[in-house]
Amino acid sequence: MKRIFQILIIALMVPLLSFGQEDDQVMKARAGKFALTNAKIYTVTNGIIENGTLIINNGIIEAVGANVRIPDDAEVIDCKGKEIYPGMIDSGTKVGLSEIGSIDVSQDFSESGALTPQMQALTAVNPNSAVIPVTRVSGVTTVWTTPSGGFLPGTAAAINLFGYTPDQMFAGAKGIIMNFPSTAGGGRFRRRSPEEQAKATERALKQVNDAWDKAELYAKIENSDDVRNYPEIEALVPVVKGEMKLFIEANAAKDILAVIDWVKSRGYKDVVITGVSEGWRVADEIAKSKLPVIAGPIQAIPTRGSDKYDAAYANPGIMSAAGVKVALRTGDTENVRNLPYHAGFAASYGMGREEALKAITINAAEILGVSNSIGSIEVGKKANVFISTGDPFETATKITDLFIDGYKVPMTSQQIRLFDEFLDRTPGVKKNDPALKIIKK
Amino acid sequence: MKKNILILTLILFTGFVAKAQVKKGDVLIKNGTVLTITKGTLDNTDVLIKDGKISRIGKNLKAPNGVQEVDATGKFIMPGIIDAHSHIALSSVNEGTSQVTAEVNMGDVIDPFDVSIYRALAGGVTSTHALHGSANVIGGESETLKLRYGTSNPEELKFEDAPRTIKFALGENPTRGGRSRGIQPSSRMGVEAMLRNSFNDAIAYRSTWAAYKADKNPRKVAPEYDLRMETLVDILDGKVLVHCHSYRADEIYMLLKVFTDFGIKKLTFQHANEAYKVASELAEFGASASVFADWWAYKLEVYWSTAYNATILTRNGVLTSINSDSGELIRHLFHEAAKTQKYGDLSDDEALSLITLNPAKQLGIDNRVGSIEVGKDADIAIFEGHPLSVYAIPVMTFVDGVKYFDRANDIADQRIYVNPEESVENITIFNRLDEDRCMEEGVVSFEALFSNKK
Repeated sequence: MKRIFQILIIALMVPLLSFGQEDDQVMKARAGKFALTNAKIYTVTNGIIENGTLIINNGIIEAVGANVRIPDDAEVIDCKGKEIYPGMIDSGTKVGLSEIGSIDVSQDFSESGALTPQMQALTAVNPNSAVIPVTRVSGVTTVWTTPSGGFLPGTAAAINLFGYTPDQMFAGAKGIIMNFPSTAGGGRFRRRSPEEQAKATERALKQVNDAWDKAELYAKIENSDDVRNYPEIEALVPVVKGEMKLFIEANAAKDILAVIDWVKSRGYKDVVITGVSEGWRVADEIAKSKLPVIAGPIQAIPTRGSDKYDAAYANPGIMSAAGVKVALRTGDTENVRNLPYHAGFAASYGMGREEALKAITINAAEILGVSNSIGSIEVGKKANVFISTGDPFETATKITDLFIDGYKVPMTSQQIRLFDEFLDRTPGVKKNDPALKIIKK
Repeated sequence: MKKNILILTLILFTGFVAKAQVKKGDVLIKNGTVLTITKGTLDNTDVLIKDGKISRIGKNLKAPNGVQEVDATGKFIMPGIIDAHSHIALSSVNEGTSQVTAEVNMGDVIDPFDVSIYRALAGGVTSTHALHGSANVIGGESETLKLRYGTSNPEELKFEDAPRTIKFALGENPTRGGRSRGIQPSSRMGVEAMLRNSFNDAIAYRSTWAAYKADKNPRKVAPEYDLRMETLVDILDGKVLVHCHSYRADEIYMLLKVFTDFGIKKLTFQHANEAYKVASELAEFGASASVFADWWAYKLEVYWSTAYNATILTRNGVLTSINSDSGELIRHLFHEAAKTQKYGDLSDDEALSLITLNPAKQLGIDNRVGSIEVGKDADIAIFEGHPLSVYAIPVMTFVDGVKYFDRANDIADQRIYVNPEESVENITIFNRLDEDRCMEEGVVSFEALFSNKK
C-alpha cells in the first residue's frame, strides 16, 4: 500500500518536474550522424557547391557534394536558402584566459618574468568561460589563444570552442610566442627619444639572442647525461629543431624588417609574423621573405597620425596582393564574435571577399598548423562547420546551427538567455508608478 | 603643454568674436538613394543644399548658377552620423579633484587639431557629444560639436545653440575614487547620498538667492556666487540635459527615483549596459539610453550585458542610440548600428535612427539634424553600398553643406598640427584595451598630464 502511494506521488509529480525543465532547460551538445541538405556550401578549398549535402558522422565530415546519398539513420537538417561554411578561426585572442577585463584575478595570460616560453596557455583555458558560448554562436569555432607580456611569454594553443576540459578543446597545434623588441614609440606612458629607444631595443635584442643561443646549445646537448633542468630554454628547443612554430609579434615597419633579418640569420624554418600593423609599408619585403603573417585587429586606428585613415582596414589586402599569406585576428577576448566583421572590412578595403574568407579559415589553419583537421569543408576533416542565413561577413546574417568536433552545439549563450528573459519582462512596470512619475508641485 | 598654450591663445583671440562665423556650403547631390530616416527611402532622388541647409528634396532638380553638383548615382545618402558619447577633439577629459565638478566645461578644452576628427568624418560622422569623463558623480558640462575639421578656432567646432548638457557617473568609476581615498562615495549607497546632498544644497542656494532678490532692504548683502551651484540649479530648472554614465540596472533605477524626487526630467543614460533589465521603468519615466552595440566583460559591472540591449530598449519604447566612446569605433558607427539587425531584427530605419535621429533627440538638436528634411542643416554622409552593410564605404561627408571628407580626393596626411618637437613621428600600436572608453578616462588623462601627450 505504502509503495503504491509512493508511486502515485511520483506519478503526480512528473508533470511538475517536466514543466520545471521546460522553464529552465539544460541544453546539451549532441553527437551523431547529421545530413545537412539543400545548402549552398562554401568549401573554401574546392569551390562552392550549390544545392549540396554535407554528411557529418562520428565527428568527421564523411561526405560533401551535390549528389550525396543520405544515410537512413542520419538526422536531416534542411538548409534550403541557407549557406554552410567551415567554422571561422581567429588567429589571435585571449579567449579562455581572461574573463573580466578589470579584474586581474580573472586573467591568466601573463606570467611573471620576461622569458617564460614554457608557460602553457592551454593549461589556463577555462572551458566554462561565459565568453566561449557568446563567441561560438557567431560561427567562430576555433581560436588561437595566446599568452602575452615579456619577450617570450609562453606557448599559445589552438582551441576549439567546445569541450569540458582543455584537452577536449585542444585543436592540435601549439606555438611559441615572441615579442620582438619594438622600436615603436613609448606608448601611453612615456615618450622616449630615438636614442633612448635604440639603446633599449639593443639591450632587449641581446636578451632575446642570449636565450636563443642557449636554446641552440641545449638542442645540441640535450641528449647528454648531465643536462640540468632548464625549462624555459627547453621550451624553445622544438623551434630550433623546426618541430614547432614560432610566432613573432612585430608591428612597426622597421621592426618587421628586423624580424625578417633576424629569422634569416637564425635560420629558423617555421616562423610567422604577427600583428604586422605596418605590414603595408613593407609588403613586398614580407612577400620576398616568404614568412606568413597574422594581421589584426583590422578595425583599428592607423599607427601614425600621418597615415591614411583606412590604413588598418587596407593592410591585409595590400599584403595579400603582394603575395603574402595572410590570416586575420581580432586580438580580442570577449568580442572575438566580431571576427567576420574584421574580415568584412578587410574585404571591402581591398582584400576581396574570397581572400578574406580564406584568411579566417584555411589560411589561418595552415598558418597555425591545424589544416590537416580543420579550415575547410573536405571529406575526412573535423566537422567544424556552421549554417548561416547568408554571407557571414554581412552584419545582419544569422548563424542558425553550429557543429564543433562533430557535436551539434546548442545555439545559446548568456547573452541570448538574457534577451529571452528581458525582452518582455515579467513582472513589468507598474503603470503610473509614483516612484517614477514626477508630480508637479 | 605648448599646444595647450597655443590653443589658449587662440581662444583668447577669438573670444572677442561672440560667435564663430562658420562656413556654409551650396551643393546639389544628384540621383542617390536618400535614407531620410523620418520620411522613408527615396530612390533616384536629388538633395539641394543652399547656404548650409537642405532646401529641396526631389527628382530632376536643377543646380542654381554656380552651385556644384555631386553625382550620387548608385550611392546612399543619409543624415550625418551623430555620436552621443565621444571624447575626441578634447585636450582633457576628467576634472577628478572633487566628486562634484559641475563648474567645469568641456567647451573650454576643445582641441580642433585632433586628427581623430578627420577619421570620424571619414566614417560619416558629423556631430559628437564631447563628454566630460566618468571619474566623479557629477562631472562637468559637455559640449556638442560639429566636426568642422580644418579650423584652428575651437569655437568653430561648437554646435551653435545646442542645449547645455552635463555628465553624471554611477557605479565602479566614481566609487573607485572614493574607495582608494577612503572618502564618500565608496559604494553605490554613497553615490545616491552624494546626488541627493548636492541637489538639496542647490535648492538651498536657489532659495538664498531668491530671498536676496526679493529682499527690499537697500543695504542687503549678496550671497556668495557659486558656479557649481549655479549649474546644479540650472539642472533642477530643466535647463541642462543630464547624460549619466551607468551600467547596472539597480543604479539606473536609483537615479530614476532620485530625479523623480527632485523633479528632473531630461535624462539620458550613457553606456547603460544593463538598461535592458529596467527598460520598462526607463520608458515609464521617459528617460533615454545611449549604449554600445556589443561591448561587455571589460569590468564586472558589464559582465551581464547582452548585445540585444538596444533591441530590448527599442521594443520597450525607450529612445535609444548607439555610441562609440572611442576614437576607433566612432569610424564605423554605421556598422555598430547594423549589429541590431543581427541581435534582434531591428528594421533599417530603426537601426539607422540609433545613430542619427535618436542621438539628435538625446542632445536636443533634432530640430537641426538627425534626418534629411527640408530646412534641416545639410549634415550629410554619402555611402557606397547600404550603410548597414559590412561592405559599406563612406565616400563623402558634408557639414553645413561644406564637404569635409571625400574618399576620392583623400590624401594621407590630414594633420593640421604637427608637434615641432617631434623629429621622428611617433608610432602607436592600436590596442583596443587602451581605447578611451569611460573606465579608462581618468587614467588616460592623468597619464596625458605627465607624458605631454595629446
